[in-house]
Amino acid sequence: MRTGIFVVALLASMLLAPAVNAASEPVPAKLLKSTSDHTKFKALQQEFNSGPEVTKACLSCHTEAAKQLHQTEHWKWEYKNPQGQLLGKKTLINNFCISPASNEGACNSCHIGYGWKDDTFDFTSEVNVDCIVCHDTTGNYRKPAGLAGNVIAKTMEFPPGSGKIVKGINLKKIAQSVAKTSRDTCGACHFYGGGGDGVKHGDMDSSLAAPEKEVDVHMDALGLNFTCATCHMTKGHQVPGSRYAPTAQDKGAAHLRGKEYKTIPTTCQACHGQAPHKKIAKLNDHTDKVACQTCHIPAFARGGVPTKMSWDWSTAGKMGPDGKPLTIKDAKGHPIYMAIKGDFVLGEDVVPDYRWFNGTVTYTLRSDKVDKNNEPVQINRYEGSASDGKSLIWPVKIMRGKQPFDPVNKTLVVPHTAGNDDTAYWTNFNWDKAIAKGMATIGEPYSGKFDFISTESTWPITHMVAPAKNALRCRDCHASGGRLEKVPDIYIPGRGSDHARWLDTAGWAIAVLTLLGVLGHGLGRVILSKRNH
Amino acid sequence: MARIYIFKRFERFWHWAQAALIIFMLLTGFEIHGSYALLGWEKAADLHTTAAWTLIGLWLFAIFWHFTTGEWRQYIPTSKNIVAVMNYYSVGIFTGAPHPFRVSQLSKHNPLQRLAYLLVKLFINPLIWVSGLAYLYYNELAASKIAALSGISLGTIALAHTAAAFMMLAFLIGHLYLSTTGHTPLAHIKAMITGWEDVDADKPAAVPAK
Repeated sequence: MRTGIFVVALLASMLLAPAVNAASEPVPAKLLKSTSDHTKFKALQQEFNSGPEVTKACLSCHTEAAKQLHQTEHWKWEYKNPQGQLLGKKTLINNFCISPASNEGACNSCHIGYGWKDDTFDFTSEVNVDCIVCHDTTGNYRKPAGLAGNVIAKTMEFPPGSGKIVKGINLKKIAQSVAKTSRDTCGACHFYGGGGDGVKHGDMDSSLAAPEKEVDVHMDALGLNFTCATCHMTKGHQVPGSRYAPTAQDKGAAHLRGKEYKTIPTTCQACHGQAPHKKIAKLNDHTDKVACQTCHIPAFARGGVPTKMSWDWSTAGKMGPDGKPLTIKDAKGHPIYMAIKGDFVLGEDVVPDYRWFNGTVTYTLRSDKVDKNNEPVQINRYEGSASDGKSLIWPVKIMRGKQPFDPVNKTLVVPHTAGNDDTAYWTNFNWDKAIAKGMATIGEPYSGKFDFISTESTWPITHMVAPAKNALRCRDCHASGGRLEKVPDIYIPGRGSDHARWLDTAGWAIAVLTLLGVLGHGLGRVILSKRNH
Repeated sequence: MARIYIFKRFERFWHWAQAALIIFMLLTGFEIHGSYALLGWEKAADLHTTAAWTLIGLWLFAIFWHFTTGEWRQYIPTSKNIVAVMNYYSVGIFTGAPHPFRVSQLSKHNPLQRLAYLLVKLFINPLIWVSGLAYLYYNELAASKIAALSGISLGTIALAHTAAAFMMLAFLIGHLYLSTTGHTPLAHIKAMITGWEDVDADKPAAVPAK
């Protein structure tokens, strides 16, 4: 009997014990941040043969997304600035790869659409919007140059006739893994502007994919870990903070959650407000004249990736001893000459130039006249002055170029560079054909003569914000020959060129004469007192 | 030789504290101006500002002291004896002539000193003070609704401040030298430290200013 009770008690304790333990230590279910698991959507449980098929599936739930995208610069590559100039990649000329026009197959792999290969592209098509390129999380999504933004969904030979076999990407898996944008998705295009990593901007390159704190205090992968969208907060897919319409001076308050603001969220002030320096309040006295970026981005291209500082197209076309297009690399293995592009000067840890800037940028358009008497041609001009009340001193990257132009029509030209055809410069190294084809494609006149002209373009430096301890020190500007030596029309204490020469000369002269006077007087006293004794 | 108590305790403290602050501010000020590098710009600017506030505090006490003790009368200019004193410093001092002015408690400064110190107090100091505060509060000034204030450029403020600094420098050089012109080179300096000045007992005291 006793044994029986004992056995029952033992069994009961064995049965109950785990239950008691389970009640005190529940195994937590992993908390998803999203309310939806895209692997569970029927629309995505299918094999996709192309990008547009994926978009069609996305739009079956996200009904308004494509319409929103259609209104963006990301889609249109077109923007009318307040001066009425039509800007955007679609029409602008720069001094890097010059223009995507006539080179859409290659360049437009960075368009957020599928199939923009020429001017027949349908900008009203919803399925042509590429959702994945911004929302991929797998890192496997590729839009190879040459396919006008399309993807390789099925294993194929690419480029055609090259003998190289490129494996198709798994669109189903990619589509089921979508989420918010990331530094990687934005960076897939924006880090590589100008034809390669870090080439164009100087303050944006692949080092920002997972940066250290020293490179970007906000994106610091082990710290604040900002994505691009943390500042470029979108609403209905509209991304604020474009360099075509920059905010040079933000006098608004720091944004509070839940409150509506007229100022854009991308500025420093949108979070930090107008008086961010708590320990050394005097620093706040600078914010009426100096952009935050000027002190807090001491140099650009700090992440180990060089940026192009100049690009000379006029030397392109050289063949090596083997008869093949020549490439010359620097000690670190970065090309400084390529037959298809010409000579480059690269820069790392570059000290910016500084300009008065009021947010207005005026561009030299394809239709504008240029000539060699006015070199370098300003591809874009940053407007601003010390006295207009709207300008701050901004750090900028000045990109210097030498690029083809038409000396008869006096316009910059659009060459057809990328392509597998006989007229593409990168295939045949013939400027005549390349320019004739490019200009014919955009429907603008070409005299048949070309020459090269020096150009400059100006780029804002606003990313790669350094930790406070690495910000500029007073003496970097408060000195003769300092960083702001060439910034005009402002008195900078410590900068010799601001001194009234007459005052310094007269002041020291009076001090020295007084000294000599009293020394002479004293000497007289000494001599005469000895004589009197 | 007799001794009289000329400089009271606060007066001596005020004088030497002011001397130290002014010399320090000339040093840091011309570094901020860009004339040389000594402490580093940041440190110079920081300490210059701290010293400025200290000096302003000291001046407030000194002004209070001058008016409550009536010592401000020591700086009322007088032409009496002024030619004699000028003659002494240009000729008599070399020939061993006696100083024409006799120090007393009611008249500590000879007529030239009165003029020089008055100039410092009524012109150089206020110019430094006003231009320095304008320099410090330039942003507030620029944001002012009064056009006359907001229109003043930092360059103009700095110009006035620098000009005043040069005047102060010239004064300092002259003042340092003249402090050695007592009956012994250190006599005046000693008096400024101890408060006691040696005077010729057999010479009549100067008539005190009203």
